[in-house]
Amino acid sequence: MQWTDEGIVLGVKRHGETSSILELMTREHGRHLGLVRGGAGRMLRPVLQAGNLVNAVWRARLDQHLGQFVIEGLNLRVGAMLTQSHAVYGVTHLAALCRLLPERDPHPAIVPMVEAILDHMSDVAIVGALTAQFELHLLTELGFGLELDCCALTGAREELIYVSPKSGRAVSRTAGEPWRDRLLRLPPFLTEEDAADPSMRDIADGFALTGYFLLRRVLEPRGAGFAEARDSFIATLIARAPTE
Amino acid sequence: MPAAVAGPEIERLIQLLARLPGLGPRSARRAALFLIKKRELIMAPLAAAVQTALEKIEICGTCGNVDTQNPCTVCRDVNRDPSMIVAVADVADLWALERAHAVNARYHVLGGTLSPLDGVGPQDLTIDALVSRAHDPAVKEVILALNATVDGQTTAHYITDLLHGANVTVTRLAHGVPVGGELDYLDEGTLSAAIRQRTAI
Repeated sequence: MQWTDEGIVLGVKRHGETSSILELMTREHGRHLGLVRGGAGRMLRPVLQAGNLVNAVWRARLDQHLGQFVIEGLNLRVGAMLTQSHAVYGVTHLAALCRLLPERDPHPAIVPMVEAILDHMSDVAIVGALTAQFELHLLTELGFGLELDCCALTGAREELIYVSPKSGRAVSRTAGEPWRDRLLRLPPFLTEEDAADPSMRDIADGFALTGYFLLRRVLEPRGAGFAEARDSFIATLIARAPTE
Repeated sequence: MPAAVAGPEIERLIQLLARLPGLGPRSARRAALFLIKKRELIMAPLAAAVQTALEKIEICGTCGNVDTQNPCTVCRDVNRDPSMIVAVADVADLWALERAHAVNARYHVLGGTLSPLDGVGPQDLTIDALVSRAHDPAVKEVILALNATVDGQTTAHYITDLLHGANVTVTRLAHGVPVGGELDYLDEGTLSAAIRQRTAI
């Protein structure tokens, strides 16, 4: 068995004294693990950092085997991010999110989305919105997508500003007014392609929405919770945002 | 499977030696043979030293260093600058900095770095103890001497956030070109970090 693919490094575990077990989010082969001979060495350690884009050749005798990766760095962007707190929290958070996907299950949309987030990591205003959109998309990839195209109560397609925490369906302004305190806010940038630039409040609302459903529908059934990196990422984004 | 060529005691010795870092089954066999040949000269003192160390090893209650006394030798040293704490991930890092005579400060061993992949969270590290030490009025600076990896720097930024309330300067190690490093052979990440953190000559 052999294939070649590009992937984003999610994490690496030392295996023995010289090798590593690498976890990659690949374009066509999903989240995939493999052994990297010499992965703990000086040459490969800078390449095998979470967030870097690499070219990977995977070989194994049988498909079920762990297999071995031969890795070549393509975009080693993480070295420049280490001094920015929101960037390292963001990379850690994105890796944790990708780890929710089942192993070896192709999710072709994931790598381009993660790439876009990592490429815009220095732009605080954009990266928050992109990450919230990624979390929303991840819910869909995991089979827990929200229905945000029409109002659950009236069927209206305009002024959808709430989401029901029970059903995960959108609710319009007029229909949701009596229960506004119990509904989650739906910021326009999560549903409208031509929405105006989101404010930090919109981004915080977006994270509150996606965080609620990720926690209830994905993490809690697995007995897990969010890592500290998500809260720290959102907090540093808000702290670094330009004052509106 | 090859038949054992020695008694179970010697085979057990080889098995245990093979678990040491840097030793595989073949080199463990060589080391065991060497010990057997030098029973009086090496093996007996080594066994006694291992036994003594096993009985006396303690983890320092102040900094988390490994020593045979608590507080450890580093924490007892009155010649060290008490206004500076160097936070490191492991005891090996503390020993590396001491070997380099890089800083004459006190230390704090965190016990690892935050790593969601390995399930290591803040509660698994001694971050609270470091924050508590940093609130001592005598402490003026905390140096975060952590690995230049995503996990290491996530831990550094996390600690920096927690130390906002303490009246200390938080610094970290520089990232860049290593001594003897040739630019042509450096990875893009290191070069990029080195350019960003360039200093005036």
